[in-house]
Amino acid sequence: MSFTEYFELLFNDYTLRTISLGTAILGAICGMLGSFAVLRKQSLLGDAISHAALPGIAIAFLITGTKETNVLLIGALISGLIGAFWIRGITRRTHLKSDTALGLILSIFFGFGMLLLTYIQKQPNANQAGLDKFLFGQAATLLARDVWFMATVTLVCLLVLLLFWKEFKILLFDADYAKTLGFNTKMIDILITSFIVLAIVLGLQTVGVVLMSAMLLAPAAAARQWTNSLGIMVVLAAVFGATSGVVGTAISASQNNLSTGPVIVLVAATFVILSFIFSPSRGLLFRQIRFIKNRKDLQLHKTLAFMFDIAKRHENISHPHAVKILNNFHGYTKKSLSKLEDKEYIRVEGLMWEMTEKGYDFALNLYNQQVEEND
Amino acid sequence: MTSAQLEIQLIASLVAIACAIPGTFLVLRKMALISDAISHSILPGLVIGFFITHDLGSPLLIIMAALSGVITVVLVEFIQKTKLVKEDTAIGLVFPAMFSIGVILISKNANDIHLDTDVVLLGELAFAPFDRLLIDGMDFGPKSLWTIGVILLITLSLLFAFFKELKISTFDAGLATALGFSPVVLHYGLMSVASVTTVGAFDAVGAILVVALMIAPAATAYLLTDNLKKMLLLSVFFGVFSAISGYWLAHWLDASISGSMTTVLGMVFLLVYLFAPKRGLFSVLYRNKQQQVEVSLLTFLLHLNNHTEKSERHINHLNEHINWQKVRSKSVVDLALRNNMITIDKSIISLTEKGKSFTDKAIDYIITNDDSKIESIKEDFFLFRG
Repeated sequence: MSFTEYFELLFNDYTLRTISLGTAILGAICGMLGSFAVLRKQSLLGDAISHAALPGIAIAFLITGTKETNVLLIGALISGLIGAFWIRGITRRTHLKSDTALGLILSIFFGFGMLLLTYIQKQPNANQAGLDKFLFGQAATLLARDVWFMATVTLVCLLVLLLFWKEFKILLFDADYAKTLGFNTKMIDILITSFIVLAIVLGLQTVGVVLMSAMLLAPAAAARQWTNSLGIMVVLAAVFGATSGVVGTAISASQNNLSTGPVIVLVAATFVILSFIFSPSRGLLFRQIRFIKNRKDLQLHKTLAFMFDIAKRHENISHPHAVKILNNFHGYTKKSLSKLEDKEYIRVEGLMWEMTEKGYDFALNLYNQQVEEND
Repeated sequence: MTSAQLEIQLIASLVAIACAIPGTFLVLRKMALISDAISHSILPGLVIGFFITHDLGSPLLIIMAALSGVITVVLVEFIQKTKLVKEDTAIGLVFPAMFSIGVILISKNANDIHLDTDVVLLGELAFAPFDRLLIDGMDFGPKSLWTIGVILLITLSLLFAFFKELKISTFDAGLATALGFSPVVLHYGLMSVASVTTVGAFDAVGAILVVALMIAPAATAYLLTDNLKKMLLLSVFFGVFSAISGYWLAHWLDASISGSMTTVLGMVFLLVYLFAPKRGLFSVLYRNKQQQVEVSLLTFLLHLNNHTEKSERHINHLNEHINWQKVRSKSVVDLALRNNMITIDKSIISLTEKGKSFTDKAIDYIITNDDSKIESIKEDFFLFRG
């Protein structure tokens, strides 16, 4: 199936439309909330929480015996929240660092979840098949109902985000200041963590426990490269997330045997790589170009300064000198000489060079200018 | 107990020891999550190794997997160095991408073979005894026992050879560099050991348990001791304990062995987290409470010291003046009485000699902030013990 066919299908085929819509919404909400996680240096919280949600799913199934997605997700939500707040407790109350706390909760909750899952599988009466889908996610199981549910949650999230935008922002960048202004920072903190947990739980069905953290991080990390404003970053991250969702679904639908979750993650990772390289202000490519340009300018200025030192000892600044005397100078090359000539700082005639008025003035004010520019 | 059961427990215990040693250093170096990243991202290495050899038992698989673990570490560090994102974001970006590549490779090419993602995540310890090492028809025991045994031996010999270097570079990287130990070599050495251990262990117990076995015993031990050697020994002990009791729990529940080992690890951690003598939750809460009482007592004594007039020292007036609730003032007054700091005469409180000298010492300390002044108060007071 080619892409054009896919887009035709997208408007005709009910299932595909549902799934694409679902992954798009998921990408958007994850990008939005992921921005906060990334900026708060809680990137891996998402990973820990998504793993910590697993035992909740298993316990919800053990208690209720249904495979109703919403019931299972409520279980996941509760155990994800327990995991998140236990991590907070460990880092607050003990001297264990946050990385240890995250890794600990992640692996222990996940192991416990797997214990319960295998226990359920061995039960004679249980029609347990389908619980594993939460491990790697199956976008194909998304129903219109699920998508509606996701859309509602996203809307609520968006409303709360807009309502408390100022509070979130100030907590993000200057928590102490927020406290002195009288905001209840603890409540805002809990609110934002709970929303992150909620977004993760929503994604479990689609992307699965293992890859969920990338959904949260990648769009935000990509968006971060393009802007320094929080508002733009959140919007961009949502756009990146939604695009990865749709494109990932398209690619996996156009091939056989390609599960959606990993493809979406790889598409999002591609966004990150592109942003890392091509972002104009922070990207590696432009950074390298600026670096090389600066180095060249510096070489040129060094040569000019050296020439200036020679020229200023003569009464006539345009007194010709042999090119040969530059040979021992480190920054000198033929190329730099002709470049200086292009800029009319010097004139070269045969094997002799002489400084022009313009070059003399420029060299005289070389360092003054730079100070002014920096100011 | 059959010999297969014994072998499973032996393998599990060896894995636990092999993981606990690098795990301790990872936890101390605040790099615990690297183990999580490695355990996920060895998947593409395994798959590619399998495509080359078409043999799940080939040692090339282990080498490829360990290599992709090291590549992950290098990639993470490269991204960190660009300073485009924060440290932990770099980890979170690299390993899901690697893992996705692995999953996609498996689902596209390896549908018909025994290499599925469940096994990768969980491992199957129960089957380990059936995969035996046969040389010339002789039975030398389970293969994974040999793999993990060799890895453990290498880890142990490296630990004994470089213990001093590791210790210094873990606690004071600057000093280690000044003394001429290359932190880069030690860092990558540790990462390689962690990588190889992860791969070797993961064959037996799966990706997640490796992470649990690395972090949980070390974290538990860290709550109990500050001594590196004791911490290593304790984490080995916790690892082996949960390996063996986890096996029996799984046996009883008829569920995944690695899952139940992790659960036992979690319960051990929970117990220590709550009840550890110095760092446990309860003792921290108790200490906070205690300090609160002591500060109140000190405030109370200082108040008495400042006021000579009787009206200020009337027991009812105190309640108003320092603005304490009734219960709290009563407990503070009782505490002071019990320590013979004050006497109460017709509801008028006055300082005793002991109370007076104690207060003077406290004032002295508060004014000068000189540590030597508090040496004598320390005996009476929990608060100043730091």
